[in-house]
Amino acid sequence: MGMIRKHRYLISRRTSQISIMLLFIAGNVLGWKVLAGNLSTSKVLGAVHLADPFAVIQIFATGNSVSSEALVGALIIILFFGVFAGRAFCSWVCPVNILTDMAGWLRKKIPGESGERTLLMSRNVRYWVIGISLVLSLFTGVAAFEWISPISMLHRGIIFGMGMGWTAVLAVFLFDLLMVRNGFCGHVCPLGGFYSLIGRFSLLRVRHDREKCTLCMRCIETCPERQVLPMVGKQTALVSSGECSNCARCIEVCDDKAMEFVGKFFSAKKQDEKEGILS
Amino acid sequence: MGADMGSDRKEEKMPERRKFLTSILRGLGAATVGGLAWTGFMDGKKAYPLVLRPPGAIPEEDFLAKCTKCGICAEACPYDALIISAPGDERPPGTPYFIAREKPCRMCRDIPCAVACPTGALDRSLVSERGEKGGMKLNIDLSKMGLAVIDRETCIAYWGIQCDACYRACPLIDKAVTVEYIRNERTGKHALLAPAIHSDHCTGCGICEHVCVTKKASVFVLPRAVAMGESSARYIKGWEKEDEQRIVDLPEETQTITPRSEKDPLDYLNKEEF
Repeated sequence: MGMIRKHRYLISRRTSQISIMLLFIAGNVLGWKVLAGNLSTSKVLGAVHLADPFAVIQIFATGNSVSSEALVGALIIILFFGVFAGRAFCSWVCPVNILTDMAGWLRKKIPGESGERTLLMSRNVRYWVIGISLVLSLFTGVAAFEWISPISMLHRGIIFGMGMGWTAVLAVFLFDLLMVRNGFCGHVCPLGGFYSLIGRFSLLRVRHDREKCTLCMRCIETCPERQVLPMVGKQTALVSSGECSNCARCIEVCDDKAMEFVGKFFSAKKQDEKEGILS
Repeated sequence: MGADMGSDRKEEKMPERRKFLTSILRGLGAATVGGLAWTGFMDGKKAYPLVLRPPGAIPEEDFLAKCTKCGICAEACPYDALIISAPGDERPPGTPYFIAREKPCRMCRDIPCAVACPTGALDRSLVSERGEKGGMKLNIDLSKMGLAVIDRETCIAYWGIQCDACYRACPLIDKAVTVEYIRNERTGKHALLAPAIHSDHCTGCGICEHVCVTKKASVFVLPRAVAMGESSARYIKGWEKEDEQRIVDLPEETQTITPRSEKDPLDYLNKEEF
């Protein structure tokens, strides 16, 4: 029971990621109506369309428009993650995250591989990649990132057949394993960057409680986006960066209950926070 | 602020500013290199002209821009004819296509693939017509997925052996495929029952290719852009009244410029080798 509790968020995340993929597979193979399509565009319960907003923006960059179904679908996604869940797509939906987490876990087992990076790379590369995606979409007339996205290759591959897509997926795995810690999801992926940008103001946030913190620093060690935790041990505060993917690993790893999910604006401890900052 | 103070500050600031500019330039450089490699990869994938799209597909260039590669059309296809291309298929990744020889389009009357498309890459208005009551009604016969082309040298009907497999199988029999009676010169007393395709009716469904009895199909579907020529504006079928309409809007004077026509025609005749 203790083990389950200790990993409750990990179990929930994997359940969420895997069941979404299974429902998509059932949609294709068995004709289930729960989820049809894939993560690029889908139809939920045969009624509502959802669309990847970053893909839709790229299509706009090509100078084309999309149907109203796809546009509404993209807006629903933007609203859900932008207002509520933050960058949760990355750690609760995206199947690549399972793979890169595995690479990250293996990386720790490599002797002498304790450093943050083997290759020096800025975490802002992802925002550059967003820019390049849009510029290339404009010049080539097709949604540029959708053509090379390892995320698409993986989720579409699982649903419709992988082909040579495994090479790109393996490349991502090896990149994370051998070159940069959290390399793909935390540095390169423009979809992660996109959700970081729209997730900045979402309600669901991790809150750090300075009073309970015993400075063990395990949250920072385990966090795939360490730069979002500058307040640890210094002050009681919400994690405000959009780059936090709400994966809750810091919550699981903290034995002092100094990390927890709260709703921004709805937190009863809002007053305490102010005092925490002042003291 | 005094002038001296300003200049002092400038000197202090320069390294910071230079650092910032350098980092921006470095980023731009890396972005350009990455972008070029990325474009090269995409161009290689885009250049596959022989792909057959589902009914209602908008022109290929727009199709590639609009298709989000969700595969909902393929899931909607009751015959599992639509394939979602995977990396390594040498077709634009994630887009739907069919291989007529293996699984042709069965031309469903309700066109579930086109109706299901959430992005407009398959445009149902391209496969609809105005119904009797004025509303738009689906009509799969309007689809233009491709055009069947016959290789007369391997088609056994053109040899004189009786075969009308493609003709019989065609969903638009006697419109898209007809059988022409041609004199068999070899025997002198028989007719060749030769199949002929008509582009104004052929939808490119590929059922003819699917049923063709020769080892490699002697009738096969190509995208219309590949299979068809285009007549010049000023060649008119004088015996067809409608066709004359084509020149009505054209300017009376015309000039075709080629390397030869740049010189006076007399010069060309008198001085040039030809």
